[in-house]
Amino acid sequence: MILGVASGKGGTGKTTVAVSLARVLGSAVQLLDCDVEEPNDRLFLDGRLREAQVVTVPVPRVDEVACDGCGECGRFCRFHAIVAVDGPPLVFPELCHGCGGCIRVCPRGALHETPRRIGVVEVLDAGPVTLVEGRLDVGAALVPPLVRAVKAHRAGDRPAILDAPPGRSCAVIETLRGADAVVLVTEPTPFGLNDLAQALAVARELGLSCGVVVNRVGIGDDRVQAFCRENAVPVLAELPDDRRIAEAGSRGEPLVDALPEYRGVFRSILEGATRLAEKGSGSW
Amino acid sequence: MVRELVVLSGKGGTGKTSLAASFAVLARHRVVADCDVDAADLHLVLAPRLRERHEFRSGDLAVIRPDVCTACGDCLALCRFDAIRKGADGHAEAGFRVDPLACEGCGVCARFCPVGAVELRERVCGEWMVSETRCGPLVHARLAIGSGSSGKLVSTVRQAARQLAEAHGDALVIVDGPPGIGCPAIAALTGASRLLAVAEPTVSGEHDLDRLLVLARHFDVPVSVCVNKWDVNPGMTERIERRAGRAGAGVVGRVRQDPAVSRAQVRGRAIVETGAAAADDVRRLWDRLRSRLEEPGRGQTDRREREGPTDGPWQPAVEGH
Repeated sequence: MILGVASGKGGTGKTTVAVSLARVLGSAVQLLDCDVEEPNDRLFLDGRLREAQVVTVPVPRVDEVACDGCGECGRFCRFHAIVAVDGPPLVFPELCHGCGGCIRVCPRGALHETPRRIGVVEVLDAGPVTLVEGRLDVGAALVPPLVRAVKAHRAGDRPAILDAPPGRSCAVIETLRGADAVVLVTEPTPFGLNDLAQALAVARELGLSCGVVVNRVGIGDDRVQAFCRENAVPVLAELPDDRRIAEAGSRGEPLVDALPEYRGVFRSILEGATRLAEKGSGSW
Repeated sequence: MVRELVVLSGKGGTGKTSLAASFAVLARHRVVADCDVDAADLHLVLAPRLRERHEFRSGDLAVIRPDVCTACGDCLALCRFDAIRKGADGHAEAGFRVDPLACEGCGVCARFCPVGAVELRERVCGEWMVSETRCGPLVHARLAIGSGSSGKLVSTVRQAARQLAEAHGDALVIVDGPPGIGCPAIAALTGASRLLAVAEPTVSGEHDLDRLLVLARHFDVPVSVCVNKWDVNPGMTERIERRAGRAGAGVVGRVRQDPAVSRAQVRGRAIVETGAAAADDVRRLWDRLRSRLEEPGRGQTDRREREGPTDGPWQPAVEGH
């Protein structure tokens, strides 16, 4: 079973929920931190580094001897990553998507691919949890290939939890694609509600069944719960606005370790998510 | 010259939008840009009256014509984005189709299809709007699901806001930015007059702020830092402030944890439009920040705790806008 943990809005508690779900699962679970711009799961887990992999994307390199300056590559590239004006083309690697088209269209074979680093994937052992973390290099903009690299480390026979980035862009889609169910974490405020609606649309676009965890219940109103009823999305759990949760989180302690009385809540989230996944096709 | 204040945080949910809304109330002569195009929320506080709506077109989408496709499989082999799926729409077994959520519009399949079965169509990736609010003009947007063009949409919103600000006698542009440090955050940050980095006093907040500060240095944007909900972990707050100082970023204030912030949001109000204790913190923060904003030039890091606030060149001759 592959369980995604996502939210439209940032800071609603994705990491808290994903780490605690991994901690209560008990069996050899994989936690894949796909929030590669700001990966935080490892701050909560005492992990030992097992493996590190540099992730690159292929970008073109020009053989200036072979190039006759025909400009075909620049006319083909839709991302303006290779520009040819009189003479050998200029390459702008940060704009390149790595489609390989310029290399194929070059009539003289004057372009070759060279790897450009965008980040790293690290695998850590943290007790029964295997943490796979993607970390984008600061200044790099290309997120989806790094998310794909994180997910490539998933061992198919073990349960996996995907900690998704916030939002609704390509990075979120890349993370959640292939999940058996998604837990959407939100908070009971107008911002939380608005962003939950967006996140639900993303999950439904991908055909994923999902449930909601409402975090910090008591800080706002009850329109999130009403929205879930109207849209037939199950509320898997509500977490109260408990200052002890915020304080444990601020120190980097997994919620279920700092406050064991919450273990039952996370077990019930897992049970709810399992039922959702069975409605799809996955199983634990 | 138009000045641009960009509010970012690295980590999501630290209070960017709540602060940006308060600045919009306090600044008076300003244009507001909601550049969190993935999860735009500022309109929930500023109650915009829509003036203009524009389609946001960016890039292309490959479409395979099932009546022409011979199912040779060349596109499947060439696509680097796993966007080609078996089974054409409406044709049960034979042929291929394109998954629009995976397609990046590179055009390789269209160029190399031996029978010309693939077309590229211009793609609508969202919309952007110009509205009027009680805090002046608001430029905001909505990104289409799964779009890879969030950075371009952020740039579009920022550019429209800058043009409005120029037309309004060089108003200040207040940019509510996206979380993260990737494409949309970079698009929100580059060329700005100043970044306000909003941190929360947690291990995640500290970690994410560090990465954001490196990004700001990379793009040579001067930084001010504030810690929101500082009293959740006072020790961590001090640690974050020391780190910010070492990185050359000035600390411009702390905002306390206050349940009135969420209550104000429920009522569609900025916190400074209430009598809450946190509102005083935000006003003090704003006073310090606006004095930093008038400092000349980019590429300068400010010293910690400079002299008090003075009136900036963008301060209004008349209230309104």
